[in-house]
Amino acid sequence: MTIDWNHFTPWASLAGGLLLGLASALFILVNGRILGISGILGGLLRPQRADTGWRVAFMLGMLAAPATLAWIAPAGLISAPRIDAGYVAVVIAGLLVGYGTRLGSGCTSGHGVCGLSRLSPRSLVATGSFMVAGFAIVYVMRHLF
Amino acid sequence: MTRTTAHRLSEFLVGLLFGWGLLISGMTDPGKVIGFLDLAGAWDPSLALVMGGAIAVGFFAFGMAKKRTSNFLGGALHLPTSRDLDKRLLLGSLLFGSGWGLAGFCPGPGIVSMAAGQPKAAVFVLAMIAGMLVFEWVDRIGRRALSAA
Repeated sequence: MTIDWNHFTPWASLAGGLLLGLASALFILVNGRILGISGILGGLLRPQRADTGWRVAFMLGMLAAPATLAWIAPAGLISAPRIDAGYVAVVIAGLLVGYGTRLGSGCTSGHGVCGLSRLSPRSLVATGSFMVAGFAIVYVMRHLF
Repeated sequence: MTRTTAHRLSEFLVGLLFGWGLLISGMTDPGKVIGFLDLAGAWDPSLALVMGGAIAVGFFAFGMAKKRTSNFLGGALHLPTSRDLDKRLLLGSLLFGSGWGLAGFCPGPGIVSMAAGQPKAAVFVLAMIAGMLVFEWVDRIGRRALSAA
């Protein structure tokens, strides 16, 4: 293993992580909700009375993030994303992420941040599993083909 | 301000804050995500700091939440109750991780990148919603079969 020092962004990533933690903290303490994106979005796909308002409000906030941050943040804070995957891979990835997160009841936010913060054994198993699958797929894509 | 207005406003602001966190942390850059998942190549450890920073704050918040019976606005605390370590959890997480490694997007960053105007992120989000709808459909058939048996 070698460290990719060129792309390593310790301070921005730590600061961003603290913000993600703060948002998750506020969501459970102020609103009484788990901040899990796949669950929040998935719940909108089987709508129930009095259960959509909070999901929509949260989603609108997230959708407003790029434009508002570009407005207040100094230029160069957010680097341009590198998207190597082609459209076919993106579609397959989306289907796997959508189906998998609903079957497994969570993703990086719900299991990875909130679940691990609560020391939930379920979330530890989930996070370990999706990390191992991610490591394996990237190994196959980058080093076997 | 009514309690419902306070809820909707705070939910919107939390969503905004979370989106900012994803953008600042580098989670919305698939190159960075795949750089983290590429243990055998040039490894970018940034995402470990994202997780570490988030959990450091979350740990205290959930510690507080567990001792409370209501949220700050006076409503219920919806903490998960399921304890099952079952096949659904394992298989679902493995499928999710495969998709995450394949394109470098997980749900939140996909949605935020779509809002930032990335066409591939928009396609990812549409496919993700399709995957969720397929799940709903399969799950409904499965439950109907169970209740009929």
